[in-house]
Amino acid sequence: MNSMINDSSSATALRDNADVAEALGRSYSAGFITEIEMTGLPPGLDEGTIRAISAVKHEPEWMTEWRLQAYRHWLTMPKPDWAKLNIDPIDYQAISYYAAPKKQPKSLDEVDPALLETYEKLGVPLHERAALAGVAVDAVFDSVSVGTTFRKQLADAGVLFCSMSEAIREYPEIVQKYLGSVVPTGDNFFAALNSAVFSDGSFVFIPKGVRCPMELSTYFRINAQNTGQFERTLIVAEERAHVSYLEGCTAPKRDENQLHAAVVELVALEGAQIKYSTVQNWYPGDENGVGGIYNFVTKRGDCRGDDSKICWTQVETGSAITWKYPSVVLRGDRSVGEFYSVALTHHFQQADTGTKMIHIGKHTKSKIVSKGISAGRSSNSYRGLVKMEKGAEGARNYTQCDSLLIGKQCGAHTFPYMEVKNPTAIVEHEATTSKISDDQMFYCRARGIPEEDAVSMIVDGFCKQVFRELPMEFAVEAKKLLEVSLEGAVG
Amino acid sequence: MLKIENLHARVEGKEILKGLSLEVNAGEVHAIMGPNGAGKSTLGNVLSGRDGYEVTAGSVTYNGIDLLALAPEARAAAGVFLAFQYPVEIPGVNNTYFLRAALNAQRKVRGEKELDSMQFLKLVREKLKVMQISDELLHRAVNEGFSGGEKKRNEIFQMAVLEPQLAILDETDSGLDIDALKQVAQGVNTLRSPERAFLMITHYQRLLDYVVPDFVHVLAGGRIVESGDRSLALKLEAHGYAGIGASHPAVPHQAGAQA
Ligand SMILES: Nc1ncnc2c1ncn2[C@@H]1O[C@H](COP(=O)(O)OP(=O)(O)OP(=O)(O)O)[C@@H](O)[C@H]1O
Ligand SMILES: [Mg+2]
Repeated sequence: MNSMINDSSSATALRDNADVAEALGRSYSAGFITEIEMTGLPPGLDEGTIRAISAVKHEPEWMTEWRLQAYRHWLTMPKPDWAKLNIDPIDYQAISYYAAPKKQPKSLDEVDPALLETYEKLGVPLHERAALAGVAVDAVFDSVSVGTTFRKQLADAGVLFCSMSEAIREYPEIVQKYLGSVVPTGDNFFAALNSAVFSDGSFVFIPKGVRCPMELSTYFRINAQNTGQFERTLIVAEERAHVSYLEGCTAPKRDENQLHAAVVELVALEGAQIKYSTVQNWYPGDENGVGGIYNFVTKRGDCRGDDSKICWTQVETGSAITWKYPSVVLRGDRSVGEFYSVALTHHFQQADTGTKMIHIGKHTKSKIVSKGISAGRSSNSYRGLVKMEKGAEGARNYTQCDSLLIGKQCGAHTFPYMEVKNPTAIVEHEATTSKISDDQMFYCRARGIPEEDAVSMIVDGFCKQVFRELPMEFAVEAKKLLEVSLEGAVG
Repeated sequence: MLKIENLHARVEGKEILKGLSLEVNAGEVHAIMGPNGAGKSTLGNVLSGRDGYEVTAGSVTYNGIDLLALAPEARAAAGVFLAFQYPVEIPGVNNTYFLRAALNAQRKVRGEKELDSMQFLKLVREKLKVMQISDELLHRAVNEGFSGGEKKRNEIFQMAVLEPQLAILDETDSGLDIDALKQVAQGVNTLRSPERAFLMITHYQRLLDYVVPDFVHVLAGGRIVESGDRSLALKLEAHGYAGIGASHPAVPHQAGAQA
């Protein structure tokens, strides 16, 4: 274990100049609220709530039962407290479990202009004329999907891409076969809650041998107050199918904390490849630590077939608290799991994130590259598990964990766990902790680069290995996002 | 162009520069020599505005403005360049990208149009030819894994691209093999012009065979204790610094003893 608290005696490191930091503030440009007529359920949670969600969505009986069984299990589970986080107790009865725009559009043309404008402002135009070239988008607003672009082109290629609600109605046999097969309903506290109350999310199915002709993406937006967002995403790639999927997330600035508890399941059959990228920019709370999203997410991929591959790439800059460990179960022989992560925390943000690589099949390989950046008074932890099961003959893991500290009041921690039950398996781990040095800052400034730009540049360099893994246009986004998130980090 | 008067500066509470005066005109090349720990790099750092170097007395006027009032990046934009004695590594940041960001940041401050990547590439190609630098270094991260000599050459290359008015070279000749030394010298000579001035900090008179200075100064104990032409450098090479401070009536006793 390698844990390091940034010690305040090193006065030569970058100072946290409170005045300048305050003056610059932190601009969260996605912090606006959309005025739109909503319907929803009042706060509170019981079996009636769950039946109501299921009924609103016209779900089949099996789905309602699945939810209820998860709920009953959830009631028996203790609340988790093991992660290295400071969490005020969450009042689950104070949350509304369903919120949706009143007018339910049948197609993109019917989507409320206020919503279109919202996504436009967030840089995700939904009109296909203006849409990002080569990227199909499913837009989820609070609890429901408000539209999916490029459906026709995708359908022609045999790709199913729609909201989860729709998938439950239209493709029940696929959903029933795979839902909960990677993350069982009772997997953990938040996964159980999600299974009971999940409202919407994306569904992707790539049939045998198909390479998805474009990037798929979901854009999650929390708007309504006192609402939790419980999305559920399922991606299935059949034999030799390929898909690259990206999710983006934002929420308005509010003083209350809001809960986001998602579950994402990926299934890769023989020879299939799934690349899942996340740019998470939920509202992080203000510079005093008021408000912000609690982001508790269970993401897991199952390399079910031989020679399959799942790659998670994440850029996490938002949320007051992030608790998430995208994992890969390497079941198929020679299957490959990868995890590339940039997690940035500032002000009072807390992030506890990492991955789990469970090697079951022979000659399975995993690679973990984690870059944690802490500024302000934030705390940033990497927590990773690499498990080599008995049968994981010749399996290999390489883990690289780097932390970068900005200022002297933040902390970075690394918790790598390893379990090796096969003597032929090889696990490698490297970790570094560094600061942006005075020398680096002066070197940049002496060349004419202003302080803030110098910090972004150095941070960007630090994250290079991860940004390289993102689809081109999102790498540019991610870079900008880091710049914005770091505003006021130096003074 | 540059007028330093009675400059006193402290680092970590310790006085390093103790009444240093020096005047540099456009078009001139000044060599600064002096024993280890004399304050040569400190002078470069003070002129470039490094944090932690506190000026307690004296003034520095550059093109009629108070240089000490400017932030480091503003000094760079105003044409002051420091080639570092120990160039810094910035992992993951592409060398060319870094240099373009620097040039454009300076141009922006000066109200000039920023260069797009095509224009910048063209500029870089021209400069590469003049400096005889392999373009392989351009694709790597800033100074990361560069050899000592490569780092120094990269500094000169940056200078060539940024085209400063006042270039301070802090031991850019140290650690270079003879061919690299010639290249660096050639780079400096190419950039010599009536509008540009150089302060070359060096320990070796050999550099001065290739870049012939207009003046040679000896910095010891935080002041300029002797000034002369090239022949002073040859004298130092032959006799060391021993005779310098003591034989000079203008120098206080402690000068030269500082190390
Ligand atoms: N940041 C600092 N902290 C503490 N002392 C410093 C610092 N910078 C310089 N000094 C001290 O100031 C004195 C002058 O240092 P400086 O680097 O200017 O010498 P120099 O003339 O460049 O020497 P050299 O020829 O070895 O490069 C030295 O005694 C050095 O230890
Ligand atoms: Mg020096």
